[in-house]
Amino acid sequence: MTVESGAATTAASALDPPAPDTPDQAGEFIQLLTPEGERIEHPDYPLDLSADQIRDMYRDLVLVRTIDTVAISLQRQGELGIWASLLGQEAAQIGSGRALGPDDMVFPTYREHGVAWCRGIDPVKLLELYRGVSHGGWAPQEHNFHLYTIVIGAQTLHATGYAMGIQRDGTDEAVIVYFGDGATSQGDVNESFVWASVFNAPVVFFCQNNQWAISEPLEKQSRIPLYQRARGFGFPGLRVDGNDVLACYAVTQKAMQAAREGQGPTLIEAFTYRMGAHTTTDDPTRYRLASELEMWKLKDPIERVRAYLVRGGMAEADFFAAVDAEAKQVGARVREACRTMPDPPPLSLFDHVYAEPTAILREEREQYTAYLDSFEPGMNGAGR
Amino acid sequence: MSRLTLSRGLNEGLRKALENDPKVLIMGEDVGKLGGVFRVTDGLQKDFGEARVIDTPLAESGIVGTAIGLALRGYRPVCEIQFDGFVFPAVDQIVSQLAKMRYRSRGQVSLPVVIRIPCGGGIGAVEHHSESPEVLFAHTPGLRVVACGDAADAFTMIQQSISSDDPVIFFEPKRRYWDKAEVDTAAGVDGALPFDRARVTLEGSDVTLLCYGPLVRTALESAAAARQDGRSVEVVDLRSLSPLDMDTITASVRKTGRCVIAHEAPVFAGFGAEVAARVTERCFYHLEAPVLRAGGFATPYPPSRLEEHYLPDLDRILDAVDRAFGY
Repeated sequence: MTVESGAATTAASALDPPAPDTPDQAGEFIQLLTPEGERIEHPDYPLDLSADQIRDMYRDLVLVRTIDTVAISLQRQGELGIWASLLGQEAAQIGSGRALGPDDMVFPTYREHGVAWCRGIDPVKLLELYRGVSHGGWAPQEHNFHLYTIVIGAQTLHATGYAMGIQRDGTDEAVIVYFGDGATSQGDVNESFVWASVFNAPVVFFCQNNQWAISEPLEKQSRIPLYQRARGFGFPGLRVDGNDVLACYAVTQKAMQAAREGQGPTLIEAFTYRMGAHTTTDDPTRYRLASELEMWKLKDPIERVRAYLVRGGMAEADFFAAVDAEAKQVGARVREACRTMPDPPPLSLFDHVYAEPTAILREEREQYTAYLDSFEPGMNGAGR
Repeated sequence: MSRLTLSRGLNEGLRKALENDPKVLIMGEDVGKLGGVFRVTDGLQKDFGEARVIDTPLAESGIVGTAIGLALRGYRPVCEIQFDGFVFPAVDQIVSQLAKMRYRSRGQVSLPVVIRIPCGGGIGAVEHHSESPEVLFAHTPGLRVVACGDAADAFTMIQQSISSDDPVIFFEPKRRYWDKAEVDTAAGVDGALPFDRARVTLEGSDVTLLCYGPLVRTALESAAAARQDGRSVEVVDLRSLSPLDMDTITASVRKTGRCVIAHEAPVFAGFGAEVAARVTERCFYHLEAPVLRAGGFATPYPPSRLEEHYLPDLDRILDAVDRAFGY
């Protein structure tokens, strides 16, 4: 058997993908605030926020980054089992999160700490999950913020089904679902695109393209920019500067409004960067260059808002000092609450499997109770 | 009372559920105009509209995943998976999402979703159309797993499943869809046997024969044949695999002293293994023989020209019954 060199060359080039947009080259995207803090206009996204609103967003950004930093430290100190950092993605989350109405429903991944903040979830509740005290201790319906979903992309279908429910109820609400660049390869995400399109469901797909699915760069997931995929499914897709809190706010608000008005789904690709590790168990030095991170630091989502506030005379030193002081306070509270968070009582592990306990669960609970009681006080079973 | 096929019994039960609760929805592939490939949902879209009887895109994970979303919104979706072998693309949504949501939310979220699955072999189908994956779901805490064996149970159990606040995997024995039985469609489900209880379908004194779904009829035929040999077989239709009604099983085995369980799924690590272990623990001093199992072999489901060898039939069940008397 002879292999011709020409054939080999062809095969090699077929495996060489056309470069999608790389982290340093976003191509076209919607931006309202440059990395230098310069406010620019976009014809499709007029935005008129008060100085108060922008200061509030700045405060949100700083506080969620503080909570994130504290959580990483708590993991290092053994207080959390793991933490998934949002570092670098604050603008995408705060911008989109603040664009939602109170009745809108949110379906997060496990990294949406900033959106959770916008929905009024106590950050301590997020830590419960990562400490192993609960699988997510908040009431989804109270905050219109569903539990975190760990299986990649599974929540996109829940969001789409929920949106189909809104259609049947005939109410003026919409759904937003978060996922990452890696998730776009999942069957569930693609199925949810099909469903949302066919049923014209009021759901906004908010993809934070943070460039990395653990160690795999975007070109392992896609040969085309992610937002362009929406066209194939029959609904609009757009790309926004994910480090621009104003642009994320504007595009989300518009897409949600379109969904509420019966115009169906939108895919938003927020072009951003995971500045930290995938989780505290990850080591990004094994797969990406430090220079890439350095480049993204120049596009930091918080610094540009600070520059804009200063440049526009919207905030003085005392404002920034007050935010920093509050961040310190919030950080201290979260740290203390985490360290003093008790383990759940052992027998609670039998609760809430079914609406009512089954005979087998009752039996196992009784047997395990007797087992724990068989120990001397102060030993294994004490304090159940 | 009217004499209905099992398929019609389901249809009438679904109709009642749709009438009684505006939140009940039906969704699946071909469930609308066609009425489902087995006609279980025949006429329902015409009467209840496309918003409630939903022809979905062809993707099982999508069906279950969006049903979860609808349930989060307050609906009670009844999903049809067209064939047993097609449920596997939906397993993440069923096992990792649907089953666990109540637990992981500490009871704050209920997902009243029913997943109907035509199951089992015996219809001469091509592969992936004759599977018995019940153990997969019975082994998943948070799911209820039930199987109806005749039209009357089909009618009541589907309604009870839809009323349940827990997710239910509802197995329908596809080769029994055309079997007829008396069904009182005027009766409500309030007085009916709860859907998580087993039923002594035929009383006997010498051996307990446990079965569910497609083998209920086979078990009853086996009992009739054994009667001619002078053996009194008590047939217990489990109806619910999870939770399992051990009290009914225990009472029967303690009375008869022998126990055989039959199912189509492979015997190895099959549902019979769980039953055998529990019966042995509870009835050890009453047993005259080990708990014996009749079921599918440890092979993939064979081509249909071989399925009569694979499926436990009357003779294979009688063989197991005979062996129970050999100790």
